[in-house]
Amino acid sequence: MYDYNAFDRAFLAERNAQFRSQVERRIDGSLTEDEFRPLRLMNGLYLQLHAYMLRICIPYGTLNPGQMRRFAEVADRWDKGYGHFTTRQNIQLNWPKLKDVPDILDSLGEVGIHAIQTSGNTIRNTTADHFAGAAADEIEDPRPVAELIRQWSTDHPEFQFLPRKFKIAITGSPNDRAVTRAHDIGLRMVRRGDEVGFEVLVGGGLGRTPMLGAVIRDFLPKADLLPYLEAIVSTYNVMGRRDNKYKARIKITVFENGIDVFKAAVEERFVETRAQFSGVDQQILKGIEAQFTPPAFRNAPTDGFEAALASDPVFRAWAGTNLAEHRAPGYAIVTVSLKAHGETPGDASSAQMRLLADLAERYGHNELRISHEQNVILPHVHKSDLPAIHAALKTEGLATANVGLISDIIACPGMDYCALATARSIPVAQEIATHFQAIGLEQEIGALKIKISGCINACGHHHVGHIGILGLDRAGVENYQITLGGDHTETAAIGERAGPGFAYDQVVPAIERLLRAYIDKRTEPTETFIDAFRRLGPAPFKAALYPEEARDAA
Amino acid sequence: MSRRFTPKVVTANDLLEGDVIYLTADDRWSRAHHEAELIEDEAHAQLRLLFASGQPARVVGPYLAEAKAGPAGPEPTHFREAFRTRGPSNYPHGKQEAANV
Repeated sequence: MYDYNAFDRAFLAERNAQFRSQVERRIDGSLTEDEFRPLRLMNGLYLQLHAYMLRICIPYGTLNPGQMRRFAEVADRWDKGYGHFTTRQNIQLNWPKLKDVPDILDSLGEVGIHAIQTSGNTIRNTTADHFAGAAADEIEDPRPVAELIRQWSTDHPEFQFLPRKFKIAITGSPNDRAVTRAHDIGLRMVRRGDEVGFEVLVGGGLGRTPMLGAVIRDFLPKADLLPYLEAIVSTYNVMGRRDNKYKARIKITVFENGIDVFKAAVEERFVETRAQFSGVDQQILKGIEAQFTPPAFRNAPTDGFEAALASDPVFRAWAGTNLAEHRAPGYAIVTVSLKAHGETPGDASSAQMRLLADLAERYGHNELRISHEQNVILPHVHKSDLPAIHAALKTEGLATANVGLISDIIACPGMDYCALATARSIPVAQEIATHFQAIGLEQEIGALKIKISGCINACGHHHVGHIGILGLDRAGVENYQITLGGDHTETAAIGERAGPGFAYDQVVPAIERLLRAYIDKRTEPTETFIDAFRRLGPAPFKAALYPEEARDAA
Repeated sequence: MSRRFTPKVVTANDLLEGDVIYLTADDRWSRAHHEAELIEDEAHAQLRLLFASGQPARVVGPYLAEAKAGPAGPEPTHFREAFRTRGPSNYPHGKQEAANV
């Protein structure tokens, strides 16, 4: 993975020194909050419901054991001993004190971690397939390009005050695990003959106006990527609306102007930007690529793995849900669930972080990933090491066998933390997870994505959940809307609202009715909820959610 | 006809800690909602908010929040404000943590 060079280290140290001075001036009264707010947001510092929150960038979701250990140290020393991994592959500390934040940033800077552009109307952390570099279905590892984008977009002078925030996602696989169609720009690696390039999508996004991105280029040669991105963002910077915050995202720019008009403007600008790029970006990319060479995979028997599968049903269950196919023979991709039943989705204690760092070091070629689904990935594990890893994970409550199941829920922090939230998300996720485990239906239900947002901004990706839950404030009471049929993959779809919302304590019973209807109506256990929904349409599921209305209509 | 004024408290976040704070009748900032001044007059509410806004080195984002009289002092009426008096529901952190120690 990428190691900071002298330039990066000096840049970050200087930036942190600037922010330290800004914090000092805020505390001594020489800066007002109005003056300070944009400065702190540029460095990832929010003021939330109960406390400050520091959002720390994990570029394209990749980190090494030293960085993970540093998160644990920082959480113990300056926070409450845990961190929250987010749907943008970042980590958030929920309880930092203002005066400590410069020390936190300096400490993180020592291991090549920053919080720059994790907020504000800038280009945010470029998110990537969390299986990048390991997936069996991958064309190329997209992370060198993601790192190039990080370097290009960080402190880019033209893009510090965009009309609104700007999010880029990238995947190197045809199976889209990076939700590329729900980003301002989605990049999908594709092949044309022998050449590798990108399908470029633009204008996707969730939030109050959910839209799927449209193809602006079906094949962009790799070497043209940065000038083309620069053309898109600078076109948006000019064409994007600044009169209305809710119409300022690029999806509205594309929608209001039409993809053809927007594309024509981008292509015109691209002629200029391409001429300005001398090729130095490609030289830099070559240097980055050299740092992403695959680990030296070993050729070893997997007998121990097979034996554990045969003898240990707990291990077998975990292997059945939490492993994915690796491109190297004898290897597996391990998803470590941060969704233990009843726990907060995406939270990891400092002890858990340390264990994950140790395991990555001992068994995982020093690599860790954070998924947008708020789990941690050990991307390169030889199968013979899996029994030992599973045994170690159990000691810290990290061996939950539920990846892809009903309890593997995405949930935003919601009104337990977030100042923007209109309702809570976390306890809804906790109750769904514990309830379906208690009634023994989790395995029976099988593959299912539930995604929960505590406000219309949709950080919890509810629109693309098979079942989406959106928490709102209805006349001073928490109320939850359910959407059905969303899809976050390469067959992306926005879920449709099922009907009136449910009171807080009616959400779990409603979900149970819905899923009992699914079990009843599926052709066989292998037909998943989303497949059954596509086959049957929403009617039988709506009838299950609203039995009284169905009865009245009968 | 203008809507009838409903009782309010002045609340904000503490600059250094970030914790939720409330303006008291004797011009202190308290961490406890029940110690807040319950303001029943609209003009007085504006004055108190102005007073709070004049302390940028102490408080961040002061605003008027709905409240009602209770046996021990003002109580929140909206669930968001109720959460602000306690802390999150997934861990005993925030004000509820301080109340336990």
